[in-house]
Amino acid sequence: MELEYIINSSIAIAKGCKITYSLFFSTLIFSLPLGLLIALARISKSNLLQAATGTYIWLLRGTPLLLQVFFIYFGLPAFGIKFESMTAAIVAFVLNYAAYFAEIFRSGIQSIDRGQYESADVLGLTYSQTMRRIIVPQMTKRILPPVSNEVITLVKDTALVFGIGLADVLRTAQIIVTRDFNISAFLIAGVFYLVNTLALTLIFRKLEQKYSYYTG
Amino acid sequence: MNILTVKNICKKFNNLEVLRGIDLEVNKGEVIAIIGPSGSGKSTLLRCLIRLETIDKGSVAIEGKPMVYQDSNGDSIYSSEKDIRILRKKMGMVFQNFNLFPHKSVLENIIEAPITVSNTPLIEAENIADQLLEKVGLADKRDSYPCELSGGQKQRVAIARALAMNPDIMLFDEPTSALDPELTGEVLKVMKALAEEHMTMLVVTHEMGFAREVANKVIFMDNGEIIEQGNPQEVFGNPKHPRTKAFLGQILR
Repeated sequence: MELEYIINSSIAIAKGCKITYSLFFSTLIFSLPLGLLIALARISKSNLLQAATGTYIWLLRGTPLLLQVFFIYFGLPAFGIKFESMTAAIVAFVLNYAAYFAEIFRSGIQSIDRGQYESADVLGLTYSQTMRRIIVPQMTKRILPPVSNEVITLVKDTALVFGIGLADVLRTAQIIVTRDFNISAFLIAGVFYLVNTLALTLIFRKLEQKYSYYTG
Repeated sequence: MNILTVKNICKKFNNLEVLRGIDLEVNKGEVIAIIGPSGSGKSTLLRCLIRLETIDKGSVAIEGKPMVYQDSNGDSIYSSEKDIRILRKKMGMVFQNFNLFPHKSVLENIIEAPITVSNTPLIEAENIADQLLEKVGLADKRDSYPCELSGGQKQRVAIARALAMNPDIMLFDEPTSALDPELTGEVLKVMKALAEEHMTMLVVTHEMGFAREVANKVIFMDNGEIIEQGNPQEVFGNPKHPRTKAFLGQILR
């Protein structure tokens, strides 16, 4: 393998980063808060909200993410809703990841001792104050490991958008491989994913350290 | 002056009757020890007073204002959420398991409610907190986290946290039951000091020494009922009811 070839391929693949990164960050920015809202609805006293969010989570976790991407990109136009391919991918990813995050948040919230709610209650805090100031901050510490898992999965899941013709990192690599009959582009793509997941692993390790100032 | 009036409280968990018609009057400055075997409804009674549990029948009034009253059908009707908030502010509660906020420092635990609930300015809240920490003997633990404290220290912080809201009545739900025996003393000492300042206190406890020494009135509960009540000399020295005798005989053996 020539060094020049590798450099040139890398530059080409780097162009695919734009799609991969914008999908990754858009998904995180929207699905984390949406997931928290779904989790709060899931544990609310309203039967309707419980049932609605339960069904939502079942549908979104129960079908392949690629199928959801297809449905939004190819299926929704039949109902008069048309998205650009990138928008379709972001919408599908946000809805899908919100379902997973919702379940992580729910388990985190429900792992907090009932005594925390009771002491906040007798001190006069409202439900929303209790959630914001007492429960969610403690939940955050507990859910870091599963959230880290999910975020690392997301890095790799972004490759699914090749299915609707978006030129992300993997798709760009594949084009080079077919064009040149040389698999080194795949290796470069692999290194790209590894470097990014390593960075995420380190970031989450730092976050866990930040929260290690207390136990319980 | 009558500060808390409880009439005919009944409470069921599913089909289990935990409280069967409790009447109770608490005067300002009184220290009442509630004793009795496990499962007798002592803690549930305390929790009903501050609406951590709702009652099925009966009434609770604080300083003459109803938190929950009985209508003509005998059903309990709770006052509006707003009125209940005002009444509950008059009560502070200390739990068996402390229930401190683990992610907040000792100081932050104490100023949390004054700042969020009463909108007290930060500096003022911190001053009050420092005074309370002094009072419970933990001024040096101001910036520690609950996980760095012993059980006795945690419970003293919990007492300071409740006092920071300046309650008229303090409810203690087995405050020393989760502590190692050598740590109960420091908590009881703080409670005794509170009693000497004429804080109105309801204390569910297994500490007979405390009940005998500090309480003005001792209530013996069994099976969801008040079996016997009186001043400590009467209840401990000369119990009238056979169940009181049996219980004290077992526990003071």
